[in-house]
Amino acid sequence: MTAIDTRPKPAETLASRYSTFLRRRASLMPTLSAVVILIALLIGARVRFANFLSPGNLSALLLDNAYLIVLAVGLTLVIITGGIDLSVGSVMAFTGILCASLLAQGLPAFLVVPIMLVGGALIGLLIGVLVQYFNVQPFIASLAGLFLARGLAFVVSLSSIRVEDPAILWLQRTRWSVGGWYITPTGIIALLVVAIAFFVMHWTRFGRTVYAIGGSEQSARLMGLDVARTKILVYVISGVCGGLAGLLLTAYSGAGYPRNGIGTELDAIAAVVIGGTLLTGGTGYVLGSLIGVLVYGTIKKLISFMGAEQSWMQIIIGALLLVFIVVQRLIVARSQRRGR
Amino acid sequence: MPADTEVPPVVEMTGITIRFPGVLALDGVDFALRPGEVHSLMGENGAGKSTLIKALTGVYPIDAGEIAVAGRRSVFTTTADAQRAGISTVYQEVNLCPNLSVGENIMLGHEHRSARGIDWKATHREAAAHLESLGLELDTRSQLSTHSIAIQQLVAISRAIVLDAKVLVLDEPTSSLDRGEVERLFAVIRDLRGKGVAILFVSHFLDQVFEISDRITVLRNGRLVGEYAAPELTRAQLVSKMIGRELDELAALSSVADRDIDRAGNPVLRATGIGRRGTLEPVDIDAYEGEVVGIAGLLGSGRTELVRLLYGADRADSGEIQVNGKPARIHTPRHAIDHRIAFSSEDRRAEGIIPDLTVAENIVLGVQAKRGAVRRVRKGEADAIVAELIQALGVRPADPTMLAGNLSGGNQQKVLLARWLATAPELLVLDEPTRGIDVGAKADIQRKVAELSAKGLSVIFISSELEEVLRLAQRVVVMRDRRKIGDLDSSEIDLDGLIDFIAHNGSETAA
Amino acid sequence: MRRVIRHRLFWPIVALLVLIAINTIARPQFIGITVRNGQLYGALIDILRNSAPLMLVALGMTIVIATRGIDLSVGAVMAVSGAVALTIIDASSDPTGVGTVAVAVLAALGVSLALGMWNGLLVSVVGIQPIIATLVLMLAGRGVALLITDGFITTVNSPPYSFIATGYLIGLPVAFLISLTAIIVIALFERRTALGVLTEAVGINPEASRLAGVRARGIVFTAYAVTGLLAGIAGIIYSANIRAADANATGLFIELYAILAVVLGGTSLMGGKFTIAGTVVGVLTIQTLESTILFLGVPSAQSPVFFAIVVIVVVIVQSPRLHAWARSAFRARARGAASDSSIDHAKVAS
Repeated sequence: MTAIDTRPKPAETLASRYSTFLRRRASLMPTLSAVVILIALLIGARVRFANFLSPGNLSALLLDNAYLIVLAVGLTLVIITGGIDLSVGSVMAFTGILCASLLAQGLPAFLVVPIMLVGGALIGLLIGVLVQYFNVQPFIASLAGLFLARGLAFVVSLSSIRVEDPAILWLQRTRWSVGGWYITPTGIIALLVVAIAFFVMHWTRFGRTVYAIGGSEQSARLMGLDVARTKILVYVISGVCGGLAGLLLTAYSGAGYPRNGIGTELDAIAAVVIGGTLLTGGTGYVLGSLIGVLVYGTIKKLISFMGAEQSWMQIIIGALLLVFIVVQRLIVARSQRRGR
Repeated sequence: MPADTEVPPVVEMTGITIRFPGVLALDGVDFALRPGEVHSLMGENGAGKSTLIKALTGVYPIDAGEIAVAGRRSVFTTTADAQRAGISTVYQEVNLCPNLSVGENIMLGHEHRSARGIDWKATHREAAAHLESLGLELDTRSQLSTHSIAIQQLVAISRAIVLDAKVLVLDEPTSSLDRGEVERLFAVIRDLRGKGVAILFVSHFLDQVFEISDRITVLRNGRLVGEYAAPELTRAQLVSKMIGRELDELAALSSVADRDIDRAGNPVLRATGIGRRGTLEPVDIDAYEGEVVGIAGLLGSGRTELVRLLYGADRADSGEIQVNGKPARIHTPRHAIDHRIAFSSEDRRAEGIIPDLTVAENIVLGVQAKRGAVRRVRKGEADAIVAELIQALGVRPADPTMLAGNLSGGNQQKVLLARWLATAPELLVLDEPTRGIDVGAKADIQRKVAELSAKGLSVIFISSELEEVLRLAQRVVVMRDRRKIGDLDSSEIDLDGLIDFIAHNGSETAA
Repeated sequence: MRRVIRHRLFWPIVALLVLIAINTIARPQFIGITVRNGQLYGALIDILRNSAPLMLVALGMTIVIATRGIDLSVGAVMAVSGAVALTIIDASSDPTGVGTVAVAVLAALGVSLALGMWNGLLVSVVGIQPIIATLVLMLAGRGVALLITDGFITTVNSPPYSFIATGYLIGLPVAFLISLTAIIVIALFERRTALGVLTEAVGINPEASRLAGVRARGIVFTAYAVTGLLAGIAGIIYSANIRAADANATGLFIELYAILAVVLGGTSLMGGKFTIAGTVVGVLTIQTLESTILFLGVPSAQSPVFFAIVVIVVVIVQSPRLHAWARSAFRARARGAASDSSIDHAKVAS
């Protein structure tokens, strides 16, 4: 009879510790490999450019990509449920130009910011309803969201609008420094979003439902979880993140621009996948997506340091994405074969 | 230990009738479950077993009859309703979330929460306690998918305990388990029974049913055959109640089966030691020219698994195949087709018919696939083949432009058969070709098979209807629990004898 | 009459005709066709010409979708194709020569075909989900195009090349003739050979097709390869039109419009049966809608809003839930006052 006591034993060897770790946290492996890649990149960059790892540069690494971090977090939740949201870049642009336009018309910042978030939420709600109640594939539903948001962005304004509002600009211009390190409110917002998402995903029933849906939607439903509400909510959250990213980007660039974020959803998806989230759903970590964005940002910085053309950026990200996906596929194929 | 019949039942189903388009799935079935008993539901495919369970678990609505749980009339519109009434189901596919931990799966939806979020320590502690009450000690923080199906099933059962189930429905729980795992499962079941849970056990493994059940209910063709105390029923009686005897309309065909087969030369197909780890023990089987070999056995005995290996639908781990005396590599359906072997699957909807294509397109598909994508079968040629086969097999309506999905089951089966006959095979492998189709179509298909074999076509076919097997086949290969237990000459055995052979461990007769 | 209404193409064609009718009412010259120097001009002719790139891409997309796949990289392939062609013309000693143009076109088509085959390989051999496999090229492709053009927008002045987009042949725009040829060739190939039926079989029921001996791999591979080639042709027409290779703007969002055209035409995104004619109608509808929006004075940048609404309406109408609602509402009305205690079947979700 096979022994079924698999509890970790007190006197442990390194090997048994490792195997316990694997049994509990195998899905962390892709994320860990992303960390390894990030470290390798940073070390490699340091070798090539002596000042790459300066506190100033590292701080900039986080802050230049704050908007992408927020987008990636929202997108991570959607992808874990097995869906996808192609609208995030357009929602970011739409809410950004909306913000700039409303501010230019004299609305105070404390009204404009909630309006932005609600705008993002509404588009997310539309997508969620299409997916959940009309059984539309997430790809198509979020495509409609993309069209809608992008078009609306141009309806708000055909050209860019500068932002003069001091409250918004404060988000980007203020710096709190310690030594050479510095951070801006936008950076804090981004990190806060990550922290909140981290807590929600691992310590609330909602977050666990998100994972459950990704593991097996039918099982989650049979187990009595509120699948419908959760699925719609993740798209709403992604929309809100789009709105928040719009705020961050507008503060960063000092203007709203309807052409912002074209293709950004792809960068976000790439960052999420590189960070260890499987596109098939059920596995992934928001911290991993943070790492993924940092990898993205590091490559971007490296390319600009090397003076190479930005077009290499897209190629490398595409290639990296491919490598990750092929490896993911191989792992899945191997575990399928091992199974009964 | 068996439940006292004086105790009121925890579940009482009376006069349950369920209709689907064209089929009466359940006809006035009564069924009762008492607390503290293990009750098995038995019946072959199409008997109505799974329909009855789905009615109890809230998947299907009932057209007539009543369900009462703990004396109160209950109406289930969703699976959640049934769960709330205390009926928990553990399916074969183990409806849990493989990406979450064991403890989390057990406690999902019932985690310990505080103002600071989920208290994982307390949650895992409770999960471990539930597991322990079933005699299990698992690392509750390990991911569910890292455990075998057997363990996952036990986790699913633990979850049912958390939900305070009064009734536990176990649907084919032992299909993927080895002997030791089955024993462990049974220990858990006995433990739960002792605690007063009513357990509905569905399985086609006769030995296991007799080992664990207190009572057995038999269904056939949507009707209740009877409810029996397990110790009072013999295996042979059970099998014969499940299979039953049908009016033999085609006695005339039995003379066809009495043909002499020339077994001097090479068989069209010879498989030696063909098997696949986890699904089939190594089997020897062969078929000669003009011979019809029937494969008999109950559900789960490995019949379908065997023929899928012969046809390349699945890949064998062991053994080899010879076609006409020469070694043949059959790893994919294409290989089999190239060796002129044709195969008709038992699940004609999922694996056979292409519903949105016309009858003509479906029939020509086999020939077309052989020719490749570029060289299209010319319209005149295709029309001729299609017309001839529609007529020969009696496909109704005889309209080649009709969408195959709109035909009745029997006619769909004929279309499938036509597809393969169009490729002029040497060996035809059929899995349950007459299951679930009307008597007229059945007769047509059986007649055709007999005709073709008389002309030299070799046929290997699986059927749950033993009369059909004895009627058409010269030889009968008997399967049981994933291995071959006999290779009989059909002229030397009758229906009772065959039932007997299947029911008992039987003396092995190596082919 | 019932047969006509039930026909798959009925509603798409009606939608197109309604659109044309609305336009004609608003501006009667919409359906006017004038002849000048033996060449046809008019709003309708413009639609035929301008729809060429989308038509080509949508044709490929139809077949890919039929295999239960999708190709997100067509816009990027268009960009690469234009970049290759224009770079060759720009770098040659004789940019205005027909020979140069021919070489440039062939090279661009070769590269596009290779890219399509790359997608086909990833999907049919490595077994990666189509949406992800083509996402890779969608990301990397524009970068490659930028590299080829050295980051600039290469412009050329080459009459033979421009002829592809703006020239006329036998009175009709060359671009339209190219797309018409593609339609005819593909339709012939799909229906005259067994490719169409086998593709549908694979899309409808991959397992049954496998057991029937259909070689799915080759069919899926071909679908992506052909789509790559068609995107290449579209890229040439597009760059010939603007006489430039703009790696970022070429074919932007075209994959989305192509998917929309396919869906409008009646091919299901779930794969299986497909209709080339339906896609043609879908493309013309989209182009007419675009033309309508422009005529209304709406800036073209805002037109995605209209398309979003169209997509939403279409998917809701096609949604099974709507059909279930309609059916149960119909049944309830028919049943009238006869109420019984049996469970409402429409509510049983599984």
